[in-house]
Parts: sequence; structure tokens; C-alpha cells
Amino acid sequence: MSTVFGIPTQALFGQLLIGLINGSFYAMLSLGLSVIFGLLNIINFAHGAQYMMGAFAAYFLLQWVGLGYWWALVVAPLVVGLIGVVLERTMLKRLYALDHLYGLLLTFGLALVIQGLFRNQFGSSGLPYQIPPALTGGRNLGFMVLPNYRAWVVVFSLATCLMTWYVIERTKLGSYLRAATENPALVQAFGVNVPRMITLTYGFGVGLAALAGVLAAPIYQVNPLMGADLIIVVFAVVVIGGMGSIAGSIVTGFALGIVEGLTKVFYPEASNTVIFVIMALVLLVRPTGLFGREKS
Amino acid sequence: MMKRVAIVLATALGFGPVAALAQVSDGVIKIGVLNDQSSLYADLAGQGSVVAARMAVEDFGADKKGMKVEIISADHQNKPDVGSAIARQWYDVDKVDVIVDVPNSGVALAVNQITRDKGKALLVSGAATADLTGKACSPNTIHWAYDTWALANGTGNAIVKTGGDTWFFITADYAFGHALERDVEAVVIKNGGKVLGKVRHPLNTSDFSSFLLQAQASKAKIVGLANAGGDTTNSIKQAAEFGIVKGGQSLAGLLVFITDVHALGLPTAQGLIFTETFYWDLNDKTRAFGKRFAERDKGIHPTMIHAGVYSAVTHYLKAVEALKSDDGTKVIAKMKEMPTDDPLFGKGMIRVDGRKIHPAYLVEVKKPAESKAPWDYYKIRATIPADQAFRPLDQGECPLVKK
Amino acid sequence: MSVASQAAATVESATASGVSRHQVTAFAVMVLVLLAAPFFVYPLFLMKALCFALFACAFNLLIGYVGLLSFGHAVFLGSAGYTSAYAAKTWGWSPELAIVSGTAVAAALGVVVGALAIRSKGIYFANITLALAQMIYFFCLQAKFTGGEDGIQAVPRGVLLGLLDLRHVLTMYFVVLAIFLAGFLLLYRTIHSPFGQVLKAVREHESRAVSLGYSAERYKLVAFVLSATLSGLAGGTKAIVFQLASLTDVHWTMSGEVVLMTLLGGLGTVFGPVVGAFIVIALENYLAQLGAWVTVVQGVIFVICVLTFRRGVIGELSRLLRTPL
Repeated sequence: MSTVFGIPTQALFGQLLIGLINGSFYAMLSLGLSVIFGLLNIINFAHGAQYMMGAFAAYFLLQWVGLGYWWALVVAPLVVGLIGVVLERTMLKRLYALDHLYGLLLTFGLALVIQGLFRNQFGSSGLPYQIPPALTGGRNLGFMVLPNYRAWVVVFSLATCLMTWYVIERTKLGSYLRAATENPALVQAFGVNVPRMITLTYGFGVGLAALAGVLAAPIYQVNPLMGADLIIVVFAVVVIGGMGSIAGSIVTGFALGIVEGLTKVFYPEASNTVIFVIMALVLLVRPTGLFGREKS
Repeated sequence: MMKRVAIVLATALGFGPVAALAQVSDGVIKIGVLNDQSSLYADLAGQGSVVAARMAVEDFGADKKGMKVEIISADHQNKPDVGSAIARQWYDVDKVDVIVDVPNSGVALAVNQITRDKGKALLVSGAATADLTGKACSPNTIHWAYDTWALANGTGNAIVKTGGDTWFFITADYAFGHALERDVEAVVIKNGGKVLGKVRHPLNTSDFSSFLLQAQASKAKIVGLANAGGDTTNSIKQAAEFGIVKGGQSLAGLLVFITDVHALGLPTAQGLIFTETFYWDLNDKTRAFGKRFAERDKGIHPTMIHAGVYSAVTHYLKAVEALKSDDGTKVIAKMKEMPTDDPLFGKGMIRVDGRKIHPAYLVEVKKPAESKAPWDYYKIRATIPADQAFRPLDQGECPLVKK
Repeated sequence: MSVASQAAATVESATASGVSRHQVTAFAVMVLVLLAAPFFVYPLFLMKALCFALFACAFNLLIGYVGLLSFGHAVFLGSAGYTSAYAAKTWGWSPELAIVSGTAVAAALGVVVGALAIRSKGIYFANITLALAQMIYFFCLQAKFTGGEDGIQAVPRGVLLGLLDLRHVLTMYFVVLAIFLAGFLLLYRTIHSPFGQVLKAVREHESRAVSLGYSAERYKLVAFVLSATLSGLAGGTKAIVFQLASLTDVHWTMSGEVVLMTLLGGLGTVFGPVVGAFIVIALENYLAQLGAWVTVVQGVIFVICVLTFRRGVIGELSRLLRTPL
């Protein structure tokens, strides 16, 4: 059996692959957070709860309406995104003139409400959601069996992240968004409907979270608290990548997933904390994050 | 969720001897069912335990004997601080006399201490750690149903003797997991086997992929799952995804309940071998109980924890009736004096260290073709006689046992 | 309008005119009520509320008077709890030494976390404290001495100073009350001292304070450490009262709870955190029967407070009576 640094390749590549899968979720979620923070200057603490709602939406679509996974990929983000839009219009809007911390506190409260309601109804140990038949089974790679569904997760999230990056950085719509972030008043003066753009951006970010939730449903079980501890890790990812940097979030998300996987192989006890340790280090050296720019 | 279900069984029209209530505190025997009602252990105990307790009180005929019995319940959410707070409140403010069930060994140990401090009574059916009759034994606690030593002795022995001599443990990282892992490891080593590795996971984990990969890499013949409830079912389901069994390794579910088999379904669970101390389809009496229980609990058939609650409450009420008092320490002593007899566990006894003694059964999950009806899940492979099923009295380090 | 200046509006008259007559009256009322309370209300509930009230007051120093929202304050409560529990149980220390050791550990942690986080402001500060707290949480989860999910159980109450047997509920209660009042008064003195004035100046206009020669970072750090220390005092006491130290006390949801208590009571008010703590603990107690509804109610209170009730209970009362409370 070949080894790398004394660890059998089977174990190493296996954990790396799992790290990549985890990284996919980190990347998608931190992408959504970054987009929201970039434009709205709000740390959306409810992101984890919205991710959970995406998974539940997939579950409900299957149980109540009979729509399977492929429908859920489209419908769930739309539904949850719509809920996000309503939230933004009714509550978040009122806080834009205030300190950003109020936005954090409001979304924190919303997260508590959403998670509490779901937990009341469904308990806190997961509900099962089947892997879609087309993606069951696995491929024997020699050093491990790679379940097809997990491979799909990596591919799909990579595609989503790249598409989002492209839209924001390379299209006209994206350029309006970026301009509105820098100087909303001026952009509005040019006739662009900034408030509507803000609302849609929030909805989009929330939709991304919900999409991640649908992806997660077959592997991580549909569970009211599935987003609660994940959100803290995602915050760390966003800080490391640079709040507001799209490319930064994507790269950092995948990278940190891999780092976590490696840590599990070489030093398992630290695998939970390695991301936070890296965050502390990055903050000491580069407070705006690896790819971030100073925000006023 | 704490549902205040008060069953106040009225005294028979002055027929019941009033003196019987003379020394019962406040004239009411209050039973508190404390367990996990919303998380990964909700199915194997949960509301079912409340149903079992109520059935025990009714079958005992408390009202005809002039005894007022109330049952309340609460959700400890698998947190020792929540469980302790509820126990304290129950004992101090709500005048609860006895707490029953308490799955989750960490919570059970905390409540064990509080019960002892306050001189009340604790009848554990849900928790597994054999420490409750070992280092942490108390004159106020009786451990019913099963414990980690019995599981190790039954399942561990059986598997090693059929050739499973190299093990890798996936363990729930708290009191229960540690105790189960420790006890099974001792059995494996005693029988000449080896433990190739261990990994700990947090309680209520949803993704076992990383741990299963490590188990695969170890090439141990047996992957021992030292966890329970939702953690076990997730481990087993995901092991199938990663081709653990196809790759030649076997899964050993060290603590599995009939509700887990039901959740997994026979196609996934078939062939699993483990130890239980109760199965509803054992004999006519257990079948009768199983049917009555299922009618009251949405068709779910009783686990050994539910059976343990029924048996414990029955014996407790008998002791209170004989003693005419519900003073915790005295009732527990009385329960140890009296031999036990109920339709579920048959005749048995309680040792001085608080361990309830009854036979254990090595069961195997049937193949789908072999099952003739819903919940017809087990084949009994072997019966372990009562005197061999539990840890010998002198090996537990319990201070109550005189050398 | 920033969180800091929101609090400033309520703090303004207090620090400017020194101790107000109404505050003295309010304090006297509070003490009298707390002295009589254990004879009417379940003392264990009161002690829990008092520990959290001290925790909230300590937290309020940071957000109300320095303008920094720390989202990881639970680590000070929890780490002190673990230390006290371990000292009392495994080393057999008497309760006063155990609590002091817990407080010391919290202070040390406060220095470390504060030094790392103080350079940032606003949201960044909140984020950093949250992440550092999560790191410490995982350390507590894995370290052997904390007992992981089981926590440290069966912590002895002991005998305080060789005189007071803390197993008697009333004795324990009055000791906790004394600790709370000591912490409360210390915080009050700090706010109304020259140190407090500099803090106010730093909060109002940091660059101007710096240009006057005050090291803003150092003042902020001292305030942070003081806040962490008193949170530790609350945590160490709580561990002895409940004879248990568990992961719940270092989890980030606990950090959220103290924010809720302070927000509900009134940021930057003197008595706000106390009132907020009592309300939240009472809610938890009486809604415990309804399970997860507690979380929902807490979330709803958060949302309402942020949207329309930003001054909190005491803040609104203070505005009505036109006197700082």
C-alpha cells in the first residue's frame, strides 16, 4: 500500500474528496453571504436557516406535491428566495439607515424564529430524503468508492459558483450591482432602480442558500438545525476570503474544505477548529481577508 | 416537550384503606418520565415511555387500591444541564417522587447524583452506561432493561466467536459511547481479538462519511457502531453508500432497537446481530402487551426501553403499596428485597448494586422474505440466562457491594 | 444611527451629572426586592437570574459604553464555569477559591481575545469574536477535563470561607446576591469614573480622543477585559450553584442570549441588563413546558426589539420618566 507522509493514499485521497464535498457547501453558502454583504452591508445570520428551508422545501415538494429532486432544484430556491424578498421588503429595509449591527441582530432573531418553528414541528433529528435514482450507486476508484451523488454535488456547486461569478463580474447586470455597492445614490441618479436591485440581490443570495440546502438534503438529512452550526463556519470562510469578494468566497470555500479534510487525516482533533485558527491568523496579517478590499 | 398529563385516579368511594395514603408524601405518588422527546432518541423512548408508564399504573389497578398516582413528562433534549434543571425543579417544587427512563447516559448520571442528594428514587430504563451500577451506583437508583456490559457480553462475544477478531469503533463521543466502547473492547481482547482503531463523533451527527472512510482504511473485519438511535441508522445507511459491506467488512450495531430496524427497513437492516432484553413476539404475554401498546402508540411496537419502564413502574408501585410510603431511599431498598414478576420480563430480582436481573437475547434481523407481518423483525439466535447476562457483582467497583 | 450612539443617547445624562437620585432609589428598590424574593419565589430560579443579570451587566459595559458588539461572550461565562467546577470537584478547592480561579481564567481569555479583536470595529469585531468563541467551544468539546457532552457533574457546593455551608439554599442565595451586587456596583463605579469618561469620549469620536493623547485601543482593551472578568465571575458562581458545568454555557447560542437580555432590557442603561436577564430567564422557565417555543419567542423578541423597541424596557421607562436609569 503506497503512503504519502506515512498516511496510506487510500485514506488521504478519501478524506480529500470528502473535504472537497464539504468545500462545495462552504463555497456556495459563503458566496450567497458575500453577495448579500457586498450590496446590502448586512451579515445575513439567517443564511443557515434559509439553507435549511431549502432542504425542507425539497422534502415538502416530495411528500406533499410528489415533485422529485430535479424539480426541487428549481422550485425550492425560487420559493425560499421569494420568502427572502418578503423579509427584505418588510423588515430589513427599515434598518439600512442604522448601524449594520442591527441587521445582524435582526437576522439572528429571524434565524431563531425559523429554526424554532421547524424544530417544534419536526424534532431535531433528521428526516430522510432519498438520493435521486439517477444518482445512486458509486464508482470504485480503487482507493475508495465514490458515491455518484457526492461527485454530482461537487460538479454542480462548482458550476453554480462559476456562473454566479460570471454574472456579477462580467455582465452588465453585474456591473450595475457592483456600482450600486460603491455609490447607490449616483447609480440611482442614472435611473437604475437601486432599491429593487437590492431586494432582488437579497432574494438571489437567499436562493443560493436554499439551493445548497436541496443539494444537502440527500446526504446530510433534512434537519431543522442543519444550518445552525454550519453558518458559523461559513462566516469564518467569508472573513478569510474577504467580505464582499465573490472570487474570494468561492476559492476560500473549496480550499478550506480541503484543508479541513487534510486535517482530519493528519491531526483529527483539530479538524473542527482549523478553519477558525486560520481565520485568526488571516485577521492578524490581513484584516480585510485574503481577497477583500476595505469597506467603509 | 413537557406535557402536563395529570392522571388523577380518584380514590374509590372510601373503600380503599385511607391509612394506605398516610405516609405517601402529599397523598399523591408522582411519577416523572424524563427523556428525549424531540431528537435522535425520541423514537426508542420518547412518548412511548409515557404510554408504558400509564399502562403500568392502570394494569396495577392503583385506583382500586386507593392510591393516587400522577404522571408528568418532560424533554431533556439530551443536555445534562436541562435534565438536571428539570430534575431539581421536579423534586423541589413539583413534588415528584420518582423519575423514570432517562435515556442518554450523561443526563442519567447527572440525575442519578441529584436523586441521591435529595433522597428520592430513580428508575433508569433508557440509559445504557453500566457505571450506574458500578462506580456511580446509588441506594436511590435501579437500572432496568439493559446496560453496556450486557450488550458487550452478548453481541461482542457472539461476533468475536464467529471470526470477527479485528475491530474498528465508531463511537458517540459522550458517556454512553465511551462506556460501550470500553466494555466491548474488553470482550474483544479477552477473546483474543484486536482493536485496530477508534474514532469519536459528536452526538446527533448527520454525516458519517469521514468516519466510515477511516473504518474502511483500517481494514478491520468488524466496524463496531458504539452509538444509538439516529446516529446508528445514519451510520448504517451511509455505510451502504460507501460500499463498506460490499468491500468485505461487517457492521456490528452494538445498540439497536426495534424502532431503528423499522426506520431502516428490512432490506438494509437484514442480518444485523445484536442483543436485546425484550422482544414483543417472544411469548403470548409479551405479544398481548405489544398489541395493546401499539394501539396506544400509533402502531409502534414497544422497545426494550418501553418494556423496562412498564416493568419498573409496576414493581415500584408494588413496593410503595407494601411499604405504605413513597420515601425514595426506602422504596428502592424495598424493591431490592422483593423479587420481580411481570408479564414482560418474567420472574427476576434486583441486586444490591441496583442492577435488575433478567435474561438477554441474541437476535438477528430477518430477511424481508422471512418476515410475515409488520414488526415481525427478529429471529432469536440464543438466550443468555439471567445469571450470565449481566456483569458479576464483584467486578463493578460499586461501593454498596460489601466485599 | 449607530448602536453606540443609540446607547449614548440614554447614557448621556447619567455620566454627565454623576449619580442621579432616581438611580439611587432604583438601586434601593432592587436590593429590597432581591432580599425578600427567596421567600416567595423558587430560589434556584432567582440565583440563575442573578448570575445571568451579572453576565448581562458585564456585557452591557462593552456594548453600551464602548459600542462594541461581542458575539462570543459566552466563552467567558463557560470557561470560568468549567474552571470553577474542575477546581471545586477535582482539586477540592473551597468555593471562593474555585470561583476566583474561574474568574481569573476568564480574565486571561479576555486579554487574548480582546487583543486579537480590538483592532476591528463594528461587524468585523462581532464576526471575529464569534469565530474565536467557536474555536474555544470546540476546544472545550474535546478537552478531557471538561467531560465533553456530559459536562462536569456533581460539583460540590462546599463551605464558603470555612463558615457558610453552601448546601443550604438560602445561604447560597445570599452569597450569590452579594456577588451580584458587588459586580454591579463595580461596573457602576467604572462607568462613573474618569475611566468611564474616556470610554465615552472614545466611543463618541475615537480620532479626537486619540488626538488628545488617549490610547483608544488600550482603553477599549481594558474595558473588554473587565467585561470578560465579570462575565467569568458570573460563570464561576453559576457552576457552583448548579453543581454542573456544561457545553451549553460556551455555545454561541448563549452569546446570543446575553445579547437578547441586554437589548431587551436596554442597551447602555444601568438597570436594563438586570431587568432583561430576569425577563428572559423567567420566560425560559415558564415556557420550558412548551419546548422549542422558547427559541421562537426569543427570536420574536429580538426582531421586535430591533425593529421598534430599540431602547428596551428600561430605556423606554427612562425616557418616560426623563431620568437616566
